[in-house]
Amino acid sequence: MKKLDIMIVGVGGQGTLLASRIIGNVGLKIGSDVKVSEVHGMSQRGGSVVTYVKMGEKVHSPLVEEGEADIILAFEQLEALRWHKFLKKGGKMVINRQKIDPMPVIIGKAKYPDEVIDKIKEAGTAVIALDALEIAKECGNSKAVNVVLLGVLASKTGIDKNVWLESIKETVPEKFLDVNYKAFEAGYKM
Amino acid sequence: MKRIMLGNEAVARGAYEAGITVAAAYPGTPSTEITETIAKSYKDIYAEWSPNEKVALEVAIGASFAGARSICSMKHVGLNVAADPLFTASYTGINGGLVVMVADDPGMHSSQDEQDSRHYARAAKLPMLEPADSQECKDFVVEAVKISEQFDTPVIIRLTTRIAHSQSSVEFVERPEIQLKEYVKDPNKYVMMPGMAKKRHVFVEQRMLELQDYSNNSGLNRIEWGDKKIGVITNGISYQYSKETFGDNASYLKIGMSYPLPDKLIKEFAKEVETLYVIEELDPFFEDYIKSLGIKVIGKEKLTLLGEYSAALLREKLLGEKSELTELDIEAPGRPPVLCPGCPHRGTFHVLNKLKVKVSGDIGCYTLGALPPTNGIDTCVCMGASIGIAHGMEKARGKDFARSTVAILGDSTFIHSGITGLIDLVYNKGTSTVIILDNSITGMTGHQQNPTTGFTIRNEPTKQVDLALLAKAVGVNRVRVADPFDLVGFEKVVKEELTAEEPSVIIAQRPCALLKSVKYEGAQRIDNSKCTKCLSCFRLGCPAIVRDGAGVKINETLCVGCKLCNKVCKFNAIEKAGDN
Repeated sequence: MKKLDIMIVGVGGQGTLLASRIIGNVGLKIGSDVKVSEVHGMSQRGGSVVTYVKMGEKVHSPLVEEGEADIILAFEQLEALRWHKFLKKGGKMVINRQKIDPMPVIIGKAKYPDEVIDKIKEAGTAVIALDALEIAKECGNSKAVNVVLLGVLASKTGIDKNVWLESIKETVPEKFLDVNYKAFEAGYKM
Repeated sequence: MKRIMLGNEAVARGAYEAGITVAAAYPGTPSTEITETIAKSYKDIYAEWSPNEKVALEVAIGASFAGARSICSMKHVGLNVAADPLFTASYTGINGGLVVMVADDPGMHSSQDEQDSRHYARAAKLPMLEPADSQECKDFVVEAVKISEQFDTPVIIRLTTRIAHSQSSVEFVERPEIQLKEYVKDPNKYVMMPGMAKKRHVFVEQRMLELQDYSNNSGLNRIEWGDKKIGVITNGISYQYSKETFGDNASYLKIGMSYPLPDKLIKEFAKEVETLYVIEELDPFFEDYIKSLGIKVIGKEKLTLLGEYSAALLREKLLGEKSELTELDIEAPGRPPVLCPGCPHRGTFHVLNKLKVKVSGDIGCYTLGALPPTNGIDTCVCMGASIGIAHGMEKARGKDFARSTVAILGDSTFIHSGITGLIDLVYNKGTSTVIILDNSITGMTGHQQNPTTGFTIRNEPTKQVDLALLAKAVGVNRVRVADPFDLVGFEKVVKEELTAEEPSVIIAQRPCALLKSVKYEGAQRIDNSKCTKCLSCFRLGCPAIVRDGAGVKINETLCVGCKLCNKVCKFNAIEKAGDN
């Protein structure tokens, strides 16, 4: 059983939890041991949020440690930067180009760093960057950003696409299924 | 059938499989989803949000006395509120099995302190179990009910954030046939007056001895032999970090029952291993006990009392290994949590800041108002404390101090334990101004109903507490209702009530912007032809309003269209986005 450590990072309210639930369910479907660690409560209010998904023969700790993640799915550029050191050497990053200024930047106490994606690439990290918000809007719902990104991630895992589609079906409310399938396909094609 | 679920969801499933029929709780991160899941998925179990943890535990105790199996859930600080019934329920014991769930928050992801609730087990003389994954979360609830009924005791199950909020696979079994136990009047057991309680104390001490036997033999505490050079005694999530760190290169005594601790098993284990580590987050609860048995262990001398552990931390502190990282030479600015776009509290803080008052704060979303740029709270201690603290300040410094001080707290927090503070304020002739931030829901924990919303945990309509009438009934003559987004009107009300030399209650009424029923018109934008770059809107501290050169712009993805910014704009420069 292939070991796969995934991190999903973003800003509270961006829909990272749903993405992690779909991935966790995929792990279960392919017969892996799976652990998913979520964050609830205060930090969900616009704070930096991180979710860990680990699969493999046997998973003990639900946390991915620094230098261990195979793939990081970043919903926001600054969060990609913040969690970059959790990526293992040779790991991949999927980065949504969306930028959300954190309060210290908004009030002028800190500066939003320039060219985050380029700097991550310069460090030798394999990056797939996309404007998932635009793609989600084209698919019919700006809230489907998470599933667009999930589609990109899915295409890099080597796990059968149908398993992903099934997992989405089991996790997403039926009335949003069509738009989410569309969003997933759009991401998968990237 | 196997499913992947949160520790909290697994506890709910465990309640179902254990034949529990009554569940009561007050929401609190990281425990909330236990009772939410019971309400949502297990209709055979009566579920309620109680006004606070003390009442919740009393409801569970009552259900137990009446012959039902019951469960009561709370976060660590909630157990402080429920401590009074807890200690005496230890003496009465139970009729139907009684499980008390407590979720600690090492690392304080969403809490005001880092209390280690294991101390309660010892202090109240109650058995405590600690699961290490979701499967155990479920199994231990079933086990706890058995222990409860076998030993005539409430049983505490302690989770921590990483157990409560991690998902792992769980195997389901069927729910058994449920039969209520007979209700028999038994004052010697259920009426705790000195004469009866003295006899029950004898029983409690005997029970603890029997429970220690159980702890040694039940299998809840188990040894996993591996290499004997290193032995690890550990519990809960620390067990998972230890396994990740040492693998088969160590032996483990996994503690599933952390009180009473298994003295014989510990001695047997310690004898066989060369170096013995105790790996437990927060306090040296195991370590102190093991040392009291005369056994040499390494624990807090190498591992911190603070925060969460991780496999990386254990590798570094115990094995001297550190992973090599690719460091980027740019720093990522922090991203602290903020009041959401459209949050009704933003209006309140805007007015309070303008009036330069001191703010005695409380626990809820509005605690975020303490952070920049609002910087709008002077104190925050515990649920309901804002009123008592404002009153104490007045008694220390005099009535003039109360003319520039307000207490603020949410609707749910007010019902939880603010009402007693208000009664004190009136009874003892205080003159403070109290603002109840009524956003029609319990916000921070993710939208739970409460006695002021008019709906039960299962969204059935019910009687709604009338906050204004309640305030009047306890003797507050000056009760005002105002909309915090009506900035001019709200400011006038606050000023008037501050001036009044008697207690006032202002109910700041506007629903949470995240409620589905709240429909704002959608994203706004700045009309640059009208904007004078005065930055009035920017100073509201809304995360959707950001700097753009010398001026500002609105992030249309985040903006909900609450239009608070329109109200502070003197130049009419903010308009609905999208229609040219």
